[in-house]
Amino acid sequence: MYSPADMLEIPFADWVDDFVRGFLVPTFRPVFRAMQEPVDFLMQNLDAFLNAVPWLIFAAVLGLIAWRTAGRGMAIFTVLALAFIDMIGLWSETMTTLSMIITAVVFCIVLGVPLGIAAARSDKFLSILRPILDIMQTIPSFVYLVPIVMLFGVGTVPGVIATIIFALPPIIRLTNLGIRNVRGDLIEAAKAFGSTPRQILWEVQLPLALRTIMAGLNQTLMLALSMVVIAALIGAGGLGLTVNTGLGRLAVGTATAGGVGIVLLAIILDRITQGLGEAKKRTDESKSVKGTVSRLLKPIFGGSRSTEPAE
Amino acid sequence: MAMATKLSIKALYKIFGERGDEAMRLIESGKTKDEILAETGATVGVNDVSVDIEEGEIFVVMGLSGSGKSTLIRMLNGLIAPTSGTITIDGDDIAHCSDEKIREIRRQKISMVFQHFALFPHKTILENAAFGLKIKGVGVAERNERARKSLAQVGLEQYADSYPEQLSGGMQQRVGLARGLAAEPQVLLMDEPFGALDPLIRRDMQEELLELQRSLGKTIVFITHDLNEALILGDKIAIMKGGRFVQVGTAEEIVGSPADAYVEAFTKDIDRSRVFPAQRVAKPAEALQKADLVAPSALSAMERLGRDAIYVVENGKPVGVLRYRDAQGALQNAGGDCLSALVTSFPKADRKKPIFELYPLARKGLPIAIVDDADQLIGVVEPETIFAELAGDDETVEEEAALKTAAE
Ligand SMILES: Nc1ncnc2c1ncn2[C@@H]1O[C@H](COP(=O)(O)OP(=O)(O)OP(=O)(O)O)[C@@H](O)[C@H]1O
Ligand SMILES: [Mg+2]
Repeated sequence: MYSPADMLEIPFADWVDDFVRGFLVPTFRPVFRAMQEPVDFLMQNLDAFLNAVPWLIFAAVLGLIAWRTAGRGMAIFTVLALAFIDMIGLWSETMTTLSMIITAVVFCIVLGVPLGIAAARSDKFLSILRPILDIMQTIPSFVYLVPIVMLFGVGTVPGVIATIIFALPPIIRLTNLGIRNVRGDLIEAAKAFGSTPRQILWEVQLPLALRTIMAGLNQTLMLALSMVVIAALIGAGGLGLTVNTGLGRLAVGTATAGGVGIVLLAIILDRITQGLGEAKKRTDESKSVKGTVSRLLKPIFGGSRSTEPAE
Repeated sequence: MAMATKLSIKALYKIFGERGDEAMRLIESGKTKDEILAETGATVGVNDVSVDIEEGEIFVVMGLSGSGKSTLIRMLNGLIAPTSGTITIDGDDIAHCSDEKIREIRRQKISMVFQHFALFPHKTILENAAFGLKIKGVGVAERNERARKSLAQVGLEQYADSYPEQLSGGMQQRVGLARGLAAEPQVLLMDEPFGALDPLIRRDMQEELLELQRSLGKTIVFITHDLNEALILGDKIAIMKGGRFVQVGTAEEIVGSPADAYVEAFTKDIDRSRVFPAQRVAKPAEALQKADLVAPSALSAMERLGRDAIYVVENGKPVGVLRYRDAQGALQNAGGDCLSALVTSFPKADRKKPIFELYPLARKGLPIAIVDDADQLIGVVEPETIFAELAGDDETVEEEAALKTAAE
């Protein structure tokens, strides 16, 4: 049987090795180190803080947030879920995971919203950005781990960085979309009164795009949660680690407990961020798919919902 | 009144579409808008418009849908860049200045009321009205106060905390108006600002606008579909068709001598008594001097003119009107002294007053004294003329006008 490898074997893996180890890492190590710094800083502090906060206070605060954004039913669910997590002995892991998620999402917002704004302002920039985002979203999440490990090493911070990269595209896309969808006549009206581009952005575009941006934030958050287990493969701690060790030892109970913790956290964060988006949209609730899903889930997760804006 | 040119438009063109150069060439060769669209796919929005708009003037643009009115007005504040031509405001060229300069002009001088309101849905009515001031950097307390004032002007102050979607179309339109007024611009660009209003509020708003212009000397460019409105408001009216100005003139000129069949079609159903000023139907006063007033000569003058009353002036100002029978009475009883027989509470109107407003004066049965700005008597209008005019008798106006011209 003929095979192309008989003719020529390409040492592709070696080339990549040479390139990354021989050039990229030594040359840019300081850069990558520097990139790690702020993530590390936020992550460490959040983790320490969340682990230091007593359960009662944490549950009260998150319950209150859930109540204001997603209604009374969700608040009760939140408190019960947090109690359950504590009772199954995963409180500390959950707080670590939560601080990873928050860190990742904060950086996604800090990077994603400005990129989205830039993309909305320049067709050229969007045409460069779009294929990159497409690639980012088609690469399986495992594949991210290889270059991340090479460039950043192993541990929680590289795990968070992988999460950031994986979860970034939706917020960029939806920020861009939200701003581009602002009615043209409103932009004209703003211009007619002498607004600068910055004033147009803050007075008109961002407020009107907020709902769409919030939807992007929600998606980003969900993607970040889905990276929790995978990031544990490169040494990140938290619930992902619990699941992984459980799987490694074939300890079904431990793995399931970790999994349940992640699911509970996901539900709480999802409903709160959705609630944030909906609080802003005042009247027309039924337009988005999200809205439909949330209304389908409502009977399961919560009873009445307050429609008061969260101000 | 000394007038300065506020906005000057010269040879302005706007062509929408890719093949603009080609379309320009076709325009020069005299092709119509439709032919150009068919040949090049480019739409002629505005075609060779030139006009000077004076300070303190209401300049009305009229025309059918698609004739280019909105395109024109949006070039005036730089929202659309012209294909060629210049627009200057106080000497600054809007079409060819820096972004910074145009923003400065928009903040300080020009504001706009949009045809489709364009209110910000995420802002309250008050915030909408205060928008222009916020952009200018006016502090929150002051801008809210000024915005409230302009909301009060349009009768919506009680809705300050509502959102646009909670208001009816007409109310939203008035918010757009308040937003334009609150910025206190020198020039107001108004694109069919009263289109969604009911007739009563519309009248109120028209009065309000005239008042604004009179008291604050605003320059207003006003677009409307309604010729009656154009005639009420416009110091100068431009009729637009296919991107061109087919006629520019005063209400009287437009109605009195339409440039072509298109303009004539517009003016057909017009209530002329609202358009023509009193002086148009006035006849020569043939007044008597107060100093020389004696009954016999007064009577013979009236007989000669075929009138039953005649005005008496002093230094050109009307001081009273003498009726034929009073003069006769004076001759018999007072020995010819008619000064005491003068009716001094006589009807008087400014020469620019529209004819229909003379109606209440005509009911006195006395000829109406028509005076100019210096209170000089320049003519009289007989009550019959007014009644005939209001009865819709076109002929009378024309006849009277003809008579007047003949008399001059
Ligand atoms: N952005 C645009 N792109 C292409 N063509 C345009 C654009 N804006 C306006 N036009 C064309 O220019 C012409 C004039 O339009 P414009 O909106 O100025 O009309 P208008 O007189 O304001 O009409 P209306 O009374 O209906 O508001 C129309 O033929 C229209 O199709
Ligand atoms: Mg229009």
